[in-house]
Amino acid sequence: MALYSEKVMDHFRHPRNVGVIENADGVGEVGNAKCGDIMKIYLKIENDIIVDAKFETFGCGSAIASSSMATELIIGKPVSEALALTNKAVVEALDGLPAHKLHCSVLAEEAIKQALKDYYDRHGIAYDPKPLEPCDTCCLPEQEHDR
Amino acid sequence: MRILQSMKIYADNAATTRLSQTALAAMMPCFSETYGNPSSLHSVGQKAAEALYAARAAIAKELNCDAKEIYFTSGGSESDNQALMSGAAWGAKKGKKQIISTAIEHHAVLHTLDKLKKQGFSVTLLPVGEAGLVSAAQVEEAIGPDTCLVSVMTANNEIGTIQPIDEIGAVCKKHGVLFHTDAVQAAGTLPIDVKQSGVDYLSLSAHKFHGPKGTGVLFARKGAMLETLIEGGAQERGKRAGTENLPGIVGMAAALHEACEKREENVAKLLPLRERLIEGLAKIPYSMLNGDRNMRLPGNVNFCFEGVEGESLLLLLDDRGIEASSGSACTSGALDPSHVLLAIGRPHEIAHGSLRLTIAPDITEEEVDYIIASVGEVVAYLRSFSPLWKKTHG
Ligand SMILES: Cc1ncc(COP(=O)(O)O)c(C=O)c1O
Repeated sequence: MALYSEKVMDHFRHPRNVGVIENADGVGEVGNAKCGDIMKIYLKIENDIIVDAKFETFGCGSAIASSSMATELIIGKPVSEALALTNKAVVEALDGLPAHKLHCSVLAEEAIKQALKDYYDRHGIAYDPKPLEPCDTCCLPEQEHDR
Repeated sequence: MRILQSMKIYADNAATTRLSQTALAAMMPCFSETYGNPSSLHSVGQKAAEALYAARAAIAKELNCDAKEIYFTSGGSESDNQALMSGAAWGAKKGKKQIISTAIEHHAVLHTLDKLKKQGFSVTLLPVGEAGLVSAAQVEEAIGPDTCLVSVMTANNEIGTIQPIDEIGAVCKKHGVLFHTDAVQAAGTLPIDVKQSGVDYLSLSAHKFHGPKGTGVLFARKGAMLETLIEGGAQERGKRAGTENLPGIVGMAAALHEACEKREENVAKLLPLRERLIEGLAKIPYSMLNGDRNMRLPGNVNFCFEGVEGESLLLLLDDRGIEASSGSACTSGALDPSHVLLAIGRPHEIAHGSLRLTIAPDITEEEVDYIIASVGEVVAYLRSFSPLWKKTHG
């Protein structure tokens, strides 16, 4: 059995929306280098619609695929829908992730929320901070296994 | 990116090797003809007993020891476990409860030491410095009146560093301390002579030298205490129960003989190719070789590339037909990146970007050049959208 689904491999090999948006309306960065994943998401928002999203990611295959899929899922959507995007939706759209890689999808969800928070802050829009709080899920402890 | 679809380069020989044709040919009759149980008295059983005897004698000859000092196990992990538990049992009997080892041992050693710690032993793990080496002087300094056992691997599985085993053996002998070495990665490229190195216990695993998986050797010097981990029948002189894995053992003996016979020839082939690979990869900006430049296995190359993560590197190399390995946490599902890379002082974020290429002597110069070019392309591509890379070198 392969480690990743075809969908994950497709998004990993051919990531959508890689890059930077100059003059983005919101930028979110989560994760940390020590844990081996950093995700940065840029959003262009017009009339409350996410008209463009781009990402830069340092991380494993599923981190890159999750970023790619997450940007795909929110482009063209209203901000409220992007805000409601869950890591579960990202995982489902990718046809699943291995259990020890689920945190990559959580990072994608969080990166989008951070970018939206940045958008609200920059534009002086009042918001409910509750759903925007980052949950600390950097590295999940797993078994070590060397060869 | 230019992808040569036809290329298929297995560069993960430290993980395991392909079974040699010689070993395979030696094993086949054990399935169809010599299939008896060596403990049985009938003809086919006695044929199996003879094959077992011959394999033991052949392995003893390669290691320069007596056949009675060879114990067959299920592999490197079991041999390591049994050696450490035995050395510790001797220590407990003598009232000596300190064990000395290194920070870069395989987990088969480190986790057994953790278990012994819980049983009241104190464990000293020697630091290895940036080169990934320990010295006999460090070992001697750590030895005290309470020391029962020293365990230092002959060569490291990740960064390939070769430890001064003969000198450490001499120090242990001088102080009356038992000495174990995990020589799993050494067989086939380094000479193994248990008389010269003065070891009391030595572990080998067949699948690392083109033998079959699931078979190994524990050498235990005559007179050195040996604990039984697997209870049952009287196989292996009561020290390791279970009907012998005869095909595995016979295949291991054939593989070891072949590996030792061709050792110098193979090393002569490997060295210039390893050098070419190291020199080529060192040209990638912000790359660094892990492990000492010279005191390393002839087939081992291990680099860190800043700003990239090892798993994505491996997956993209696999797409290009290159099979390698990484100490990144993501490749093993572990919390932290390789304990070996951390022990040589690599920060976490750099250790995540490691690549281990362990080559076999059949690799060609053209393949080495293809690896160098591919790694360069993949690293540059991953850096092109790595926020970490931009932050540090953008
Ligand atoms: C240095 C070292 N020791 C022990 C082992 C364990 O060997 P095995 O897989 O045969 O149990 C390995 C390989 O996995 C190794 O590289």
